[in-house]
Amino acid sequence: MRDSTGKAPGWGVTLMRNRHFVGWLQAAPLSLILIGFLILPIITIVIVSFWQATEFSIIPAFSLENYEFLFGSPVTYKVFGATFKYAFLTWAFTLSIGFTVAYYLAFHIRSQPVQIALFLICTIPFWTSNIIRMISWIPFLGRNGIANQALISWGVIDQPLEWLLYSDFSVILAFVHLYTLFMVVPIFNTMMRIDKSLLEAARDNGASGFQTLVHVIVPLTKPGIMIGTIFVLTLVMGDFITVRFMSGSQRANVGRLISNDISLLQYPSAAATAVVLLLTVLIVIGILLRFVNIRKEL
Amino acid sequence: MSKMRYSRRSMLKAGGAALAASTLSAPMVWAQDIKNITLRQFGTGVSNLNDVGTKVKEDLGFTLEMTALDSDSVTQRAATQPGSFDIADIEYWICKKVWPTGNLQAMDVSRIENYDKIVGIFKSGLLTPESDIAQGTAPHTVGFIEEPGAKTFASEETNWMTLIPTIYNADTLGIRPDLIGRPIDSWAELLNPEFKGKASLLDISSIGIMDMAMVCEAMGEIQYGDKGNMTKDEIDKTLAIFTEAKKAGQFRAFWKSFDESVNLMASGEVVIQSMWSPAITAVKSRGIDCVYQPLKEGYRSWGGGLGLSSSLSGMELDAAYDYINWYLSGWVGGYLMRQGYYSAVPETSKDYMSENEWGYWFEGKPATGEITSPTGDVLAKAGDVRDGGDFYERMGRVACWNSVMDQNQYMVRKWNEFIAA
Repeated sequence: MRDSTGKAPGWGVTLMRNRHFVGWLQAAPLSLILIGFLILPIITIVIVSFWQATEFSIIPAFSLENYEFLFGSPVTYKVFGATFKYAFLTWAFTLSIGFTVAYYLAFHIRSQPVQIALFLICTIPFWTSNIIRMISWIPFLGRNGIANQALISWGVIDQPLEWLLYSDFSVILAFVHLYTLFMVVPIFNTMMRIDKSLLEAARDNGASGFQTLVHVIVPLTKPGIMIGTIFVLTLVMGDFITVRFMSGSQRANVGRLISNDISLLQYPSAAATAVVLLLTVLIVIGILLRFVNIRKEL
Repeated sequence: MSKMRYSRRSMLKAGGAALAASTLSAPMVWAQDIKNITLRQFGTGVSNLNDVGTKVKEDLGFTLEMTALDSDSVTQRAATQPGSFDIADIEYWICKKVWPTGNLQAMDVSRIENYDKIVGIFKSGLLTPESDIAQGTAPHTVGFIEEPGAKTFASEETNWMTLIPTIYNADTLGIRPDLIGRPIDSWAELLNPEFKGKASLLDISSIGIMDMAMVCEAMGEIQYGDKGNMTKDEIDKTLAIFTEAKKAGQFRAFWKSFDESVNLMASGEVVIQSMWSPAITAVKSRGIDCVYQPLKEGYRSWGGGLGLSSSLSGMELDAAYDYINWYLSGWVGGYLMRQGYYSAVPETSKDYMSENEWGYWFEGKPATGEITSPTGDVLAKAGDVRDGGDFYERMGRVACWNSVMDQNQYMVRKWNEFIAA
């Protein structure tokens, strides 16, 4: 091929006309970032998880000891069990609260300005940091805290309730408080996209409100529910600080196991636990994605 | 106070004299150059005080940047990031872990002006010639090495010191006498069912296990060979006793940071717990009655010191020696002693404390007037006496030093089980 001047085009021009090359070039920035900041660190973690460590040095020799210990210890199963328990309970509560709030916002509030205003109100707690929102529960729920004092002065109880703070209750309460919005937003988003004429059609065909909810709204909201679920599950399963503060260090989840190991310089053992946790979370998300195609939403 | 202050000139003279006296052919530190020097120090919040940095700038002319971290992070950083600091302010048991990495360099004792006045605990291990040496990682056992570059510790005083001792104290249980209402005199009380749901323990395994050992020994359940270096069997037994207590609901919470321990105590969630001296002070300064209770089994003690990064050399190294000599010359010691710690060279600190302060903090005498902290909070009124008595009474009754065990990794795993139980 020759251009108007009759000379052969330079190799650069030929290259730029190659469809595949341009495609690769366009994908390169994101690929490089993902390789550098996601793939490489994960590979490093996997490699380190097969090493050994003493207090002050890491021994880079392949060994399965970390995994042997991990799978051989009853603590691991107990702690993974606790992690699933926290994740499941938090999911159940955030879903029921999140769905209700989103439903109300999407279908009961008719005017869009009010809808937006109420939605913004939901985000107000996010103006302060996670840690502050969590810690502020401690004086509230404490033995001599506001909750106990109020209940005693109302005559509901005689003795302060000990289980309000430093218990599974307080851990899950804090999780629900911290993460409900992650459920509200995607569900609200999908609900807003539901064609209102479908609801009219359901009603015209004689469906009750409940039937409309179960047969029309819930199926159409599934992608939003799934996105919210993924947010909440990954956040709760990867957390360690909420569990530490709200249980007064008396309960453990996988995140705390990892953070304890790191603080004691046991990096390989922390890496092994992290790999197992990562696989667990991926499996859970993999199963969830079999049910719903969230791509539709994105 | 003005007569006590160093002028930059006098310090330089002292520094210069020290340099001239040393056999090393070190370059003279010039006033202009020293201004440009910055030493980066990191350590636990205990002694990383901004006031010290300000005073260093004033007295010595160079800049001291300080970073405060918790003891786990300090260990981590000293072991893994040698380039990130010039001076490490660490505890002796951390030194045992970190020294073999080669990230610190030994100090030439002949360049330390007040070396002779340093308390015996850090040199021969004996507070007074008659004292016994307590269990655990006693500072003198990791305080010296045979020659520069050695990775193992010397068994006696040599010319090469690993850490220059700075502060130390004897720890015990903190209690709320107003909520307990009876005398407490034994570590065993921590597991007394009377305090069910109102006890706490610190969740830093290496220190927590020692407090546990003090308790188990006081209960008569276990006799330890060395509480600072337990066997697997001893670790198992100790944690079994505490796991049982935990399951029975003995503990309200465990704490990891200083503030958590203060809040637990001040809010009344907890009435008896392992605690650190400044935490007691913090509770007291809120007007709440809190006592650092001396116990008949003795104290669990700890000591900290300054170590030099192996990357320090030349003028920075000279500045670091100046800093260490300044540290031991009294001003910092006085500052720390007025918070309830002890200085490694008490006699130089005396010049920087009032007679009342010295009497109250060091000699265990009743205060003759109000005792205030360096930041101005009132800690004691006239007539009050320090918990536990005078210096020799308190430091003479140390049962165990903070330590790191040979079975450390095993202990850590067992500790994780205990927390998850």
